[in-house]
Amino acid sequence: MAEPLTMAMPDLQLGLSPAQPLVRFNLRCREADVAACSEALRLDLPTRPCTSAENGGRSALWLGPDEWLILTSDQDDPSSHLTATMGDRFFSWVDIRARQVGLVLTGPESARRLNTGCPLDLDLKAFPIGMCTRTVFAKAEIVLWRREVQSFHIEVWRSFAPYLKGMLAAAG
Amino acid sequence: MTGAFRTKTGGRIDRQKSVSFQFDGKTYQGYEGDTLASALLANGVHLMGRSFKYHRPRGVLSAGSEEPNALVTVRRDGRRVTPNLRATEVALYQGLEAHSQNRWPSLNFDVGAINSLMARFIPSGFYYKTFMWPRKAWDALYEPIIRQAAGLGDAPTEPDPDVYLNTYAHCEILVVGGGPAGLAAALSASQGEGRVILVEDGAELGGSLLIERDALIDGQPALDWLASARQQLAARPNVTILTRATAFAYNAHNMVCVTERLSDHRADAQPGEARERLWQIRAADVILAQGAVERPLVFPDNDRPGVLLAEAARTYLNRYGVTPGRRVVVATGHDSAYRVAIELQAAGVEIAALADLRPTPSGPWVERAQGLGIKVLKGTAITGTSGGRRVTGARLSPLIGMAQVGKPDWIACDAVLMSGGCTPSVHLWSQSRGKVKWDEALDAFLPSEAAERAICVGAGAGRFDLAEVLADGAQTGARLAGLKTPPAFHVEATPLAPRGVVGAVPHDRGPNALAFVDWQNDVTAKDLKLAVREGFQSIEHLKRYTTTGMATDQGKTSNLNALAIASDLLDRPIPAIGLTTFRMPFTPVTFGTLAGLARGDLFDPVRCTPMHGWAEAKGAVFEDVSLWKRARYFPQGGEDMHAAVARECLAVRSRAGIFDASTLGKIEIVGPDAAEFLNRFYINAWTKLGVGRCRYGVLLREDGFVMDDGVVGRLAADRFHLTTTTGGAARVLAMMEDYLQTEWPDLRVACTSTTEQWAVIAVQGPKARDIVSRLTSLDLSSERLPHMSLVEGEVAGAPARLFRVSFTGELGYEINVPSDRGLEVWEKVVAAGAEFGLTPYGTETMHVLRAEKGFIIVGQETDGTATPDDVGLGWAIGKAKPDFVGKRSLARPSMSDPDRKQLVGLLTERPETVLEEGAQIVASPGGTPPLALIGHVTSSYASATLGRSIALAMIQGGRARMGQKLYSPSPQGDIAVTVCAPVFYDPEGERVNG
Amino acid sequence: MLIITCPYCGPRPEIEFSHGGEAHIARPLNPAALNADQWTDFLYLRTNTKGVHAERWRHLHGCARFFNALRDTTTDKILTTYRTGAPRPDLEGLTP
Ligand SMILES: [Zn+2]
Repeated sequence: MAEPLTMAMPDLQLGLSPAQPLVRFNLRCREADVAACSEALRLDLPTRPCTSAENGGRSALWLGPDEWLILTSDQDDPSSHLTATMGDRFFSWVDIRARQVGLVLTGPESARRLNTGCPLDLDLKAFPIGMCTRTVFAKAEIVLWRREVQSFHIEVWRSFAPYLKGMLAAAG
Repeated sequence: MTGAFRTKTGGRIDRQKSVSFQFDGKTYQGYEGDTLASALLANGVHLMGRSFKYHRPRGVLSAGSEEPNALVTVRRDGRRVTPNLRATEVALYQGLEAHSQNRWPSLNFDVGAINSLMARFIPSGFYYKTFMWPRKAWDALYEPIIRQAAGLGDAPTEPDPDVYLNTYAHCEILVVGGGPAGLAAALSASQGEGRVILVEDGAELGGSLLIERDALIDGQPALDWLASARQQLAARPNVTILTRATAFAYNAHNMVCVTERLSDHRADAQPGEARERLWQIRAADVILAQGAVERPLVFPDNDRPGVLLAEAARTYLNRYGVTPGRRVVVATGHDSAYRVAIELQAAGVEIAALADLRPTPSGPWVERAQGLGIKVLKGTAITGTSGGRRVTGARLSPLIGMAQVGKPDWIACDAVLMSGGCTPSVHLWSQSRGKVKWDEALDAFLPSEAAERAICVGAGAGRFDLAEVLADGAQTGARLAGLKTPPAFHVEATPLAPRGVVGAVPHDRGPNALAFVDWQNDVTAKDLKLAVREGFQSIEHLKRYTTTGMATDQGKTSNLNALAIASDLLDRPIPAIGLTTFRMPFTPVTFGTLAGLARGDLFDPVRCTPMHGWAEAKGAVFEDVSLWKRARYFPQGGEDMHAAVARECLAVRSRAGIFDASTLGKIEIVGPDAAEFLNRFYINAWTKLGVGRCRYGVLLREDGFVMDDGVVGRLAADRFHLTTTTGGAARVLAMMEDYLQTEWPDLRVACTSTTEQWAVIAVQGPKARDIVSRLTSLDLSSERLPHMSLVEGEVAGAPARLFRVSFTGELGYEINVPSDRGLEVWEKVVAAGAEFGLTPYGTETMHVLRAEKGFIIVGQETDGTATPDDVGLGWAIGKAKPDFVGKRSLARPSMSDPDRKQLVGLLTERPETVLEEGAQIVASPGGTPPLALIGHVTSSYASATLGRSIALAMIQGGRARMGQKLYSPSPQGDIAVTVCAPVFYDPEGERVNG
Repeated sequence: MLIITCPYCGPRPEIEFSHGGEAHIARPLNPAALNADQWTDFLYLRTNTKGVHAERWRHLHGCARFFNALRDTTTDKILTTYRTGAPRPDLEGLTP
């Protein structure tokens, strides 16, 4: 069985490649504190469901009404600034950088190929650029984030990555 | 030459490409574009199968998916064998090998056909009646005979080598059926913005237009119009056309499942190639253009090979250039048979007679036939056929009134074509839970109230006139697509009267004549009569008792005739009898299509820890724990499991072992109310747990039974790191979210899964501290890091959460490092431990070590009915807490019954005897069943440390039985055991202190 | 596969959701005050409605929120969905 780390090998035929090295945090924060949290992160946390925001190399993906996936470069760690700025406000900030891996699926066939396992409508009207959501790919949970018309960023828990890649390869 | 019954010209076959194929071992020639059925007919072969019950010789009846008789097995090689394919749908390719079914030893001579001679003794309900008694005869006598004689085809015995794909698709408008109605609907719908998917069962779009020779559309012959319609559709970017694709299931909320056959029609299809693709199509609107199925006539001996549906004969003629015979009799109650007769006559076939049940048929088709000299017998019934494996004559009798017939005439022929009219196909509509309504004028059930956003068009909605059909499709497509003006089509065609006949044809052949209603299940009009006489009046009961409509064709050709016959017998109108529900699949679907890629390595995700590769390289044997692969033991030099586990256990107890605990579920609990949340959630008290301290936590369900357990460590006042069982991680997190979101939304706390964030390296044994201290500058002394505590810092150069915990009873640490550093740190620990004899161990050793200490495993000692007290964890309950999940249930009187099953240890009298896990325990030996069972063994191992076997068990009132002698019945006799405390090793618990 | 309209994410396929049993059964604030029958009612007794049924769903592989739905158990039509904590909507005026 392939180790998740073999995901680092780009598969050009599949149009699947590892995302840039990323640091990931799971952020939970209530509505009343979203503005403060946005300010501390210098990033407008999206409050519209299934949308994302980016600023200065940091991205926030709406996962739930009080939950965001924060992605940033491996040089950048907003943790201490956030903790200091938020003071007594309640928020939950958990480092999950190693929990999952990021993959980029690119190419004219990328939406069709995702639809071999993902039940969502990936037409550009239904799933526009910038849209992100947790969903499923066959028996794996993924976070799917459309970056371009033909390019998707996929986050998947590391032990599910070989399965995801195997399914994509087998489905052609 | 590809057959004596092939026309000189015409049809949509490629006459340049001759194809040879085999049927039942004999080689024939056909053309590319043929189906197996058309190619066999071209060779004069009508006999294609034997019937299910009577094993009667059967010819092909239809030309499409409704075929009940011509079921064949297609064999590509030993592994690629598909039974129960309809010969009418099997595309011919070079080298095709097909076999008939339901015959033994051969199609022409079938022993089972004796059933046919005994048909008068095999009435409806025969199986129910005969095989009810004596019970004992079933296994020995009835079942083997039935298995030999019955059944449809043989299942392949080897794994299917082919690949089956899946696609989720979405569209605004899904059109099912590529005939005229579907084409018109797709043409107009695709003028809008929305996505249109058009699904066609056959090899090409066109449906009835493919055999249309009379009509002009927009001034062009139908085939020319069809060609341009196909071109237009193919050119539109918003249109997806699927051919050889069957919509077999209409599921809730407009999810239609389609199976697309990708390679079955190709001679060069290789094993391992993609064979079928399942399309799960979600459509905003569905247009069902499924067309209609021609009804057979129910008359005696109507199942003789050579008797087929009239429109099927027209399909064979016009699409495949095949005639059904040289001299045919046409029997009808519907205009369309006249058209068939005219077209066959034009192709050189002699029409011996055209017998019309209707006393006064009229109209342009009747006139045209008569004008062409066809002998039309009005008011005439077909009352029998002659012949063996092929029809040789038709018995025609003048009708006297509605139910009587006069003196018959025999007319020699080699084929009989029959038509009772058209039954609209409401299968998918019915699957969608749409209602149907009886239409008196058409003698048909038509779609009425919709349950989904679905609409039927064309013949499926009872519209048979081509102009009407096209308009219906076009207008429906336009309306759904929001077009103001639908495209209009000008049609010039000779009109057909839509109405036909239903029910049994009157005859004078006596009560034992076999007039088949359901060909595939061998149900005759007589069977229905008998069932009604025996008191079955509801159509649902009639169906099950006689099995009419229950075969793989789901009664496509038979349902309406069966209903009409029942209606006659019961003297109730057809709508009062009702229609049985059509169920998925529309036609049989391969298991491969349903399984898709979920087989073999991709059946489930295989989850591996970061250290998996290391363990693999060390020769570990793995076991499945939920979706995870866990190293079970690390055999060395030919050790078996027993030897490896004994060695690993002794290493941990005497020196140190290293264990991959990464699969443990982990959840980070953050927020000012985190401790309060844990107080309410776990049975333990958490408020006083200091930062840097850990505690063993037990989680109950609200019914008071143990659900999960784990270690909870406090990282900060408002941050906890807790573990769950490997299999329970998702369940526990979901339960936490449930309570937080729905019961206690006021609590300021959030839970995040960190299972895969952390790789967990357990180092256990007296040398554990020596080893870990080589890798970190953290103070590991018992003063700074006592048992059940944790510290954050660097271990082996990686950021770590270092827990001092033990599931072995030894001094131990669990090093949590980020998963991507797991392997690196593991290898450093292994290197540092080398001089101390650090030994890798697996889950089996872990199980033995914890059992020696009496530590439970949730799901092994507990079975969903154990309270904390039952398994000796009553001490963990925070007694002062007013409430926690499950607390109220623990107060129920039965939960403190002293006779509940309680966790104890068992020692066998003979130390080398290892009890079976799951074995029952009884109080006294030598009993005869039924025995009074007082408990069962939950864990049992050979303990190398103790030099004897040990077992944990749940025994009624167990704690009051210390020292008692009990017995475990086994095939080798009763095994005597003594009840003891469930802690076998280091009962004082001193070893964790190192 | 049903389409379920998550109150947060909108219409999504059933495969992303998990079912959570009957809705509007709140955990008693003080379970200790309940007698055995009352506790049994809470633990085990459900209505098993034929017709419109209020039930919990969780958009597990989506926004992860629990919410409630009114579903007709005879047709599988979902009449409406609403957030946890909101009262059960009146049936008047609801069309699937
Ligand atoms: Zn949602």
